Amino acid sequence: MNWRVIKDRLIANAMLILSITSVSFVFLIGIGLYWRAAPLFEEQTLLSLFSGDEWAPSKGKFGFYPFIMGTLWVTLIAIVVALPLCLLTAIYLAEYTKSSIRNIILPLVNILAGIPPVIYGVWGIFFIVPIVRTYVAPVFAAHSSGYTVLTGGVVLAVMIFPILVSIVSEVLRTIPKELKDASLSLGATKWETIKKVVLKQALPGIVAATVLAVSRAFGETIAVLMVCGNVPVAPASMFDGGYPLPALIANNFGEMMSIPLYDSALMFAALLLFIIIFLFNLISRIILNRIESKYSS
Amino acid sequence: MTPHPLIRVRDLNVHIDDHHILKHININIPDKSVTSIIGPSGCGKTTLLKTFNRLLDDTANVKVTGSVLVHDEDIYAPHAEVTHIRKKMGLLSQRPFPLPMSIYDNVAYGPRIHGIRKKSELDSIVEQQLKDTGLWEEVKDRLHSPAAKLSIGQQQRLCLARGLAVEPEIILGDESTSALDPLSTHKIEDLFVRLKEKYTIVLVTHILRQARRISDYIVFVYMGEIIEFGPTEEVLLDPKEELTKQYVKGFIS
Amino acid sequence: MNIKKRKAEEVVFKALMVSACVVVSSSLFLIVGTIVAKGLPYLSWDMVSKVPQGGFYIGKEGGVLNAIIGSLYLAGGATVLGLLLSIPISIYLNIYLKSGSPLSKSAKLAYDVLFGIPSIVYGAFAFSIMIWLGVRASLFGGIIAVTLLIIPILVRTLDEVITTVPKELKHAALSLGATRWEAAKVILRQIKPGIYTAILLAFGRGIGDVASVLFTAGFSDNIPKYIDEPAATLPLAIFFQLGSPIPEVQGRAYASALILTIIILAIVIVSHVLAAKQTKHKI
Repeated sequence: MNWRVIKDRLIANAMLILSITSVSFVFLIGIGLYWRAAPLFEEQTLLSLFSGDEWAPSKGKFGFYPFIMGTLWVTLIAIVVALPLCLLTAIYLAEYTKSSIRNIILPLVNILAGIPPVIYGVWGIFFIVPIVRTYVAPVFAAHSSGYTVLTGGVVLAVMIFPILVSIVSEVLRTIPKELKDASLSLGATKWETIKKVVLKQALPGIVAATVLAVSRAFGETIAVLMVCGNVPVAPASMFDGGYPLPALIANNFGEMMSIPLYDSALMFAALLLFIIIFLFNLISRIILNRIESKYSS
Repeated sequence: MTPHPLIRVRDLNVHIDDHHILKHININIPDKSVTSIIGPSGCGKTTLLKTFNRLLDDTANVKVTGSVLVHDEDIYAPHAEVTHIRKKMGLLSQRPFPLPMSIYDNVAYGPRIHGIRKKSELDSIVEQQLKDTGLWEEVKDRLHSPAAKLSIGQQQRLCLARGLAVEPEIILGDESTSALDPLSTHKIEDLFVRLKEKYTIVLVTHILRQARRISDYIVFVYMGEIIEFGPTEEVLLDPKEELTKQYVKGFIS
Repeated sequence: MNIKKRKAEEVVFKALMVSACVVVSSSLFLIVGTIVAKGLPYLSWDMVSKVPQGGFYIGKEGGVLNAIIGSLYLAGGATVLGLLLSIPISIYLNIYLKSGSPLSKSAKLAYDVLFGIPSIVYGAFAFSIMIWLGVRASLFGGIIAVTLLIIPILVRTLDEVITTVPKELKHAALSLGATRWEAAKVILRQIKPGIYTAILLAFGRGIGDVASVLFTAGFSDNIPKYIDEPAATLPLAIFFQLGSPIPEVQGRAYASALILTIIILAIVIVSHVLAAKQTKHKI
């Protein structure tokens, strides 16, 4: 065997080890977080962690209910705001516009994905917060500082625009033209075709995109932290402040060293995020891969 | 029937996923002549060609049994060295795929990886191969410009020159003219006919007239089996098998 | 339903679509506009050429050079480290492994999932490892955390680029008797512009992320001289200084936000130019 072939095999083995190591980070992260969170489970049951609504680390009370509710509120608002807008945009781009317009708008929306979270936060503080405080909240007869779950949700909505728009318009493009032509030739209008044929066919893809967007919203930290008030109480309306899980981790991580179990509690929050986002991502990626392979074959 | 077999295939079976693509293939490919593999699309002719240089190895879930002997060496033997096997066979694919480098470097790529470093030696190899493929006059003034700038027909001849530069014994052509205009096709066909003095040439084609124009022997493959094999005139003009007759007449395609 | 009603529905929805499209695509301008309006008055030569004087949180004088340089070091270091790891990985998954191999498929799925893991989780994980190893918050720690974050981006982008290269090119090299490693070198040459795009994407993500560097990189008024010193970054400079009660310090935050936005937009523009160039060459 000559040197070239030996070199090729050596490189192959080195690369295999590297690939496996890096892939195993999926599990390493989960295991590492669990290991650090484990002391908390000795003290409390999972149920009491989820349902407890008092957060007082110095007294050893770690109730995650307010934070879970904070996360759910901002995520829900983000999806409610973003989904209709993005669906309409994606349908418009995929079905109604010329490719020249599409080629301008899609990259423009995708730039949003590259804008750093902290910039969204600054924008939220100076643009969304005042709007909520002076225009939106008074309409509902609510007094509000503007730092609310609504604000956090709106900022998050803009952050998930690019995921939703790009994936949904991609999915819409996989719908065979023959299917649309069949419906159109039966006398349906273009909108009826979209409503009854295209969207039905694209539903799995739209669900997958939404799940991905939800998991993105779940994990977003800094932008939300900067605008949603960080009050450790479960919000009662969208004009209340909230305190999502990632913000909890980010705000307290430096200071937890001296208090027993504080560190485990924050790691538990990270573990919770990791597990939920891992599952959501896995499911939606499998759906999207399936759509893609069906399309390409 | 075939005087000097160079490639001898013995009971070759190929499975991809759960499909039995090639079934019990036995054939002797004659030395220093052009053999064309014909048959309807999807019959396994390209797969058969790719078993010769083990490019099939690059697809997942492929199972190959049986043996392919080149001279007397089984290229599917457990210890067969695949780069060594491939060096003996030049491949000309459906469309030209020049490497992303200059014309000169394309031809010199093979000799270089196989250890030739001396500039004068490389120069003479490049010139020789470009002359053999009729490109020299067309490109000698721009040897160092990117190969991608050549016309498709020129690119295909460059790919042939690149393959010849590693001094193979066999040339494998996978519908090598299907992307070319008639003039370029003609040039490639001419080359094949000229090159058979030095090389054993195996072509896959779906154009019967092309097979008739340039090949000495014809293999007719149908549904993964060899139906008929023999000299061109015999197979095309006086086929023994009913299936071959139907294919030649155009009833199955 | 009569035809008039059906047509009316279509008109209504079309109007909705156009307005949705306007809202979605104008959000970028709203964001950039807000940042420019806030930051421009504070942007000055001092801002980009001096470190903060008298402490970043209370000192009124000076600029954010510490954060600019810190960010460049951090994102640059992580991008280099990330490339060194992810190029071999994508070569292995796409060129060494057979096309359609189960290992390659599941590895790609794993990277898709890793891509979705939020940076706060990477930050918390990296921080735990640092405590375990006894490494304090430093440029080094930050680079490790950001590298973890951007490897999935790099692998996915490179993967996308490599799959655009026709399999026949690999086969052309292999059929000349090249080893897989030699074939990989040919393909790398082919995808060079794609590698630049991946670098820009990863660098942009690395320079903008806060949550991963919050506990791992520390913060400092000085420009780090060694890799084990804490380093300021632009996103953290924005985040910390925004909370200061002193207007001048807040101004530094606004200016930092503008600088960061300019860097990100420059990256976007360069990668679009590269992409345009690439498609032009591809026939």
